[in-house]
Amino acid sequence: MSSVERSIVLYLHVHQPWRIRNYSIFDTAERHDYFSENDDSDRNNERIFKKVAEKSYRPMNALLEKLIDEQPRFNFSMSITGTFIEQAGRWAPDVLESIKRMVDAGRLEIVAETYHHSLAFFYDRKEFETQVDMHRRLIEKTFGTTPTAFRNTELAYNDELGQWAESKGYRAILAEGWDPVLNGRTPNVLYRPEGAKQIGLLLKNYRLSDDIAFRFSNRAWSEWPLKPATFETWLEAASSEGPLLNLFMDYETFGEHQWEDTGIFDFFNDLIGRWLVSPHNHCYTVTEAALLYTPAGSVSMPHTVTWADAERDLTAWLGNSMQQEAMRHVYALAEPILRTNDEQLIADWRNLLTSDHPYYMCTKWFTDGDVHAYFSPYNSPYDAFLYYMNALRDVRFRLMEHKQGGFYG
Amino acid sequence: MLGWELPPHNSGGLGVACYHMSKALALEGATIDFVVPYSAYHPDSNHMTIHAATTLQPLERYGNAGAYDSSRESYNHDNSPTSMRGIQKRYIKFVEKMVKHSKPDAIHAHDWLTLEAGVRAKELTGAPLIAHVHATEFDRSGERYGNPLVHEIEYQGLMMADRIIAVSGITKSIIVSRYGIPADKVEVIHNAIDVNSLGHYDYDNRTYRYLEHLKEEGYTVVTTITRFTVQKGLTHFIKAAARASERYDRLVFLLVGDGEQRDELIKLSADLGISDKVFFTGFMRGKQWRDAYGVADIFVMSSVSEPFGLTALEAAHHDNALIITKQSGVGEVLRSIFRYDFWDTDALADQMINIALSPGLSKTLRQNAREEYARLSWNDVAKRCMSLYAHVRKGAVV
Repeated sequence: MSSVERSIVLYLHVHQPWRIRNYSIFDTAERHDYFSENDDSDRNNERIFKKVAEKSYRPMNALLEKLIDEQPRFNFSMSITGTFIEQAGRWAPDVLESIKRMVDAGRLEIVAETYHHSLAFFYDRKEFETQVDMHRRLIEKTFGTTPTAFRNTELAYNDELGQWAESKGYRAILAEGWDPVLNGRTPNVLYRPEGAKQIGLLLKNYRLSDDIAFRFSNRAWSEWPLKPATFETWLEAASSEGPLLNLFMDYETFGEHQWEDTGIFDFFNDLIGRWLVSPHNHCYTVTEAALLYTPAGSVSMPHTVTWADAERDLTAWLGNSMQQEAMRHVYALAEPILRTNDEQLIADWRNLLTSDHPYYMCTKWFTDGDVHAYFSPYNSPYDAFLYYMNALRDVRFRLMEHKQGGFYG
Repeated sequence: MLGWELPPHNSGGLGVACYHMSKALALEGATIDFVVPYSAYHPDSNHMTIHAATTLQPLERYGNAGAYDSSRESYNHDNSPTSMRGIQKRYIKFVEKMVKHSKPDAIHAHDWLTLEAGVRAKELTGAPLIAHVHATEFDRSGERYGNPLVHEIEYQGLMMADRIIAVSGITKSIIVSRYGIPADKVEVIHNAIDVNSLGHYDYDNRTYRYLEHLKEEGYTVVTTITRFTVQKGLTHFIKAAARASERYDRLVFLLVGDGEQRDELIKLSADLGISDKVFFTGFMRGKQWRDAYGVADIFVMSSVSEPFGLTALEAAHHDNALIITKQSGVGEVLRSIFRYDFWDTDALADQMINIALSPGLSKTLRQNAREEYARLSWNDVAKRCMSLYAHVRKGAVV
């Protein structure tokens, strides 16, 4: 490719967890409805889903479909968790239909991940592969496409994962473009995971991504209000380092994290319009980018790097004893649970593997009173842990019932 | 400064708070005349001048009513010099005489017991009156209405005060909503804890040998240290203990203290079939008192209405996991705790069981609460009081 050719590589992550209701120890062994809060709290999954659909999924999908119609060279990527697809199927099927139209048009690439947005890669490799498999089948069934790129939950990546993804035939894998790892190198080129031969490694340009995802509406930011023309000059400047401008962020950036009245939709619309005026500017999907470019070298991440927090590690999920204890207990049940062949029990157990649950138990900053640093539908991380463990005890109870069934016929 | 007790002659948190606050204020440069209603020696109190308003013994200062107890019928009618009301009148006379000789720059009165004296001192000297509210009659009476005369004294005193210090947001909201005081007249200054005064000590695992034995068998000890009055919500606590025992049989409950509800609580635990799990120690001081925190895994503050709740900080210092009602002010300065509504026995039971079952939860709660209480300082309280004195003098429109 000519060196003047460059591309925005837009990747959006879509997810909703099954939040646990205020599930009491007195519900344990009595009721198994962990995920069915129906009050007006933020634990009510239906309520949250419908709210976010209204504010983000519907208007952003409409904008993306419009851009696909108007801009023949606009392509992008999304990863969509299984728990999201379940909820959308129930409460907003039109959102899935809209996504399918964009996939059918050949303009939207769906990226592979775990069905349950879990950290299974770090606990149980077999379960991890099962969830990736379940996710692939669900994507095939829902959107009629088979993913060729992989991203792990929270972009949690290490060399082992890169090699695993290559062994499974993926063409691209995503990770954070974290400075201590890059050590002066740019995130704006294609890399190869340490020890891999075929697969391309795309690294998030977190400065440019976070300008949109986090800083866009911050009035204390010196660049506020950010204009598309300004951001375009930043893209131009960044492209002097390398052709790939990897903008990775949560889908909910558009309309939920940044509300419509911040001008986020207009900003995005104008930005893509301006960018694609030049025939040398492109918008590739992640697999397109990985196939079009030759890796500039390999990047090694022996220790796990995520896209979260200043530390870019897993401490928001596994940093305290509660989180470690909860995850240890839930993953310890894998084998006996799967042996039951009880579909509902297995599904409930897997929904407890979703990484949002330990995230709600995070106590980083909590003691400093900075409650807004971490979003949670619970009053405290201790409450989150309590409801989780009560639900897990009920799962164990159901498991015991199965065992007794085995003994006594 | 007008108070009703100082350590070691205190029966609760009021004396402790007054002592540490006065000490920190003296460090900030304040000269303090502290009036108490009895005569006694107060060790380690050279930072201020202590004035005895009567020649009564410390234990006589509540007259023939119990400590803090304003609910006795006799209180309203008994005006003899050794009755509660009689002592209060002598206290007022003493303060009147005292301010004639030396006019204070500010009058800092603690709770309703000294509020009338504070108002009189303000009338006589024109000095600003700061009413420091550690508890209102609404708190002391729990779910009952309380003593109308005490309500009247509190209302008048709060109306006459130039500024009001509330020990928590909960107390401020009671002052504003129940007494109709404008919110901007009330400042919340949370109490602190003087960690040094608690000292370092190691529990020798001997005082509560039976409980120690149970702990070795895997039991979890849930403790509360308090007066057994309706304000403290202990009947709900016992009901929660019974509820928790339905689901988990390795909990024992240690109730340290005494009060009018003692017999009722003993009977209630028998009625609920958990007598074997509930231990009543009676009133404790010194090592036995400290060891009650030492043997505890979980500390519960079950108060129906608790303006602050210093014992929770002491429990945190002794490495207990804390469960505190949403109606307790100390919950405003600690985040690493469980909270529940005082009537929600299922929630309390759930929290006790979960801490008992999970080492990770217990550890995280205890570690983080330690970091939180260690940040609270009487020096910060004193600094805010000093700035309040300066401000109220400048802007006083009486």
